[in-house]
Amino acid sequence: MTIDEVLGKISERFGSNVLKVYKKNEKRAYVDIYPKDIVEFTKYIFKGLGLRFNIASAVDDFGTIEILYHFSLDRGGFVITIRAVLDKEDPDIDTITTVTRSAWWIEREIHELFGVRFNGNHDMRPLLLPDDWPQGVYPLRKNFVVPKRDSRKA
Amino acid sequence: MSYKPTIPIGPYHPLQEEPEFYKLVVDGEKVVDVDVRIGWNHRGIEKISESKSFDQSIFIVERICGICSSSHPITCVQAVEDIAGIEVPERALYIRSIIQELERLHSHMLWVGLAGHFLGYNTVFMWGWKYREPICDIMETVTGNRQNYAMLKVGGVRRDIEKEHVSYILTRLDEFLRQLDLLKGAVLDDPVIHARLKGVGILTKEKAVDYAALGPTARASGVDIDVRRDHPYAAYDRIKWNVITQSEGDVFAKTVVRILEMYESVSIIRQCLDDMPKGPIDSKPKDIPPGEGIGQVEAPRGECIHYIKSDGTNSPVRHKVRAPTYMNFPTFRETVIGQTVSDATIILAAIDPCYCCTERMLVVDTEDKDLMNAQGLIRLSQEKTRRLKDEMGIK
Repeated sequence: MTIDEVLGKISERFGSNVLKVYKKNEKRAYVDIYPKDIVEFTKYIFKGLGLRFNIASAVDDFGTIEILYHFSLDRGGFVITIRAVLDKEDPDIDTITTVTRSAWWIEREIHELFGVRFNGNHDMRPLLLPDDWPQGVYPLRKNFVVPKRDSRKA
Repeated sequence: MSYKPTIPIGPYHPLQEEPEFYKLVVDGEKVVDVDVRIGWNHRGIEKISESKSFDQSIFIVERICGICSSSHPITCVQAVEDIAGIEVPERALYIRSIIQELERLHSHMLWVGLAGHFLGYNTVFMWGWKYREPICDIMETVTGNRQNYAMLKVGGVRRDIEKEHVSYILTRLDEFLRQLDLLKGAVLDDPVIHARLKGVGILTKEKAVDYAALGPTARASGVDIDVRRDHPYAAYDRIKWNVITQSEGDVFAKTVVRILEMYESVSIIRQCLDDMPKGPIDSKPKDIPPGEGIGQVEAPRGECIHYIKSDGTNSPVRHKVRAPTYMNFPTFRETVIGQTVSDATIILAAIDPCYCCTERMLVVDTEDKDLMNAQGLIRLSQEKTRRLKDEMGIK
């Protein structure tokens, strides 16, 4: 399948639930969707079309938090990125670990670094941060200030 | 619920090179549950990169891993080149491929050594690490350093491969190949290694796809993926080579994939050196426009992917880094559970979790102008043993 065929199939299947399709070049395309549809999209792209889940990236865009789910079709040589924009005040989205186990760790990571809740994912233990990390402090958000190291403490 | 004993390994453990914490829940000799806790080595590189310029962040990501010192920088520059649509000169693409394959050679060799070590077969460990030396010497000759080569820049590479380097690389590669033949025979035909690795820690094809496993871990389970072929970058689409796959999915298959891949890497380097065109090595790009870019590279352990978002300034707004071990690691739930405790170490090591090795095996004493080579170090070791014996009164 070519990148145009895959984008065509996604648009055909989800119709007006696809907010925007942006084909950057022959190897990269970005598809904007409503956050509520993420599980349906993942099911179709991962299980139906057989794309591989690369990873998800979260971006703090000041007013909002974007989550980008990168999928690649290795036989076609391209990456399709699904973008869901969340409200920064109380960001939450459904988990896709019910579709693929490969999202297990990245959802834990985005949860602790950006403070996004993944509804339905019951394993939200810290992955990278220490167990005594303060609640409600998210280090990859833009308003996080790196604390000055006190040189008197070792 | 009956009480199940737990075996904690780590986070700091004399047998481990890097800090991580494994919790094995066992029933007798059998592992019934396993969990891993990482984060002891978290340095916040994604956050640091947001405060660096595009040129500087390449050097930051080079230090993510001690031995993948070209995979992360190539991924990073490719992501930036994707944002701006920068064309890279042909010669630079060939040099990128050569550096990548040299890195794969020494990394796979290092793994074979470590695998031997985890099996308690330390002869393989000694061989593997000794035979890796020609590759590190080539790296030092070509780039000036055994690790952390600083070869990459957006739009090209920073150093050329000179004409006099080519014959040196080819001679040392021949030497490496002879040793690789020996090692392949010794490892793949050894009945003890067969007994320890065959049928151990099997990852089925379905599970490998579900966990989105990568690199040799996936290819040993029959998943035919390789970024070098599927998403061609550098010069990989200009030369002939094969993707190695196996169907068994056990630790032995992962070993076979890595050893056979080393032969492919040698062939790729030779072809690149033959075909490398003359010309510039840097397209000298100026500004990076606002936008998003993704870079993908087949690192020795699997696909490495970076996502970079730019707002038109000279530093990234967001720089997401995903190393291959991140996807391969969670497969331990499928491979370790049900196996014995004694096999758990080699199964956990089979995905090649990233280890660090940048220390040099060379002692330079500037006072006496004394340069020590391998023989010198052996002599040093023998002298020390003799001294200890004298001190302890052992004849």
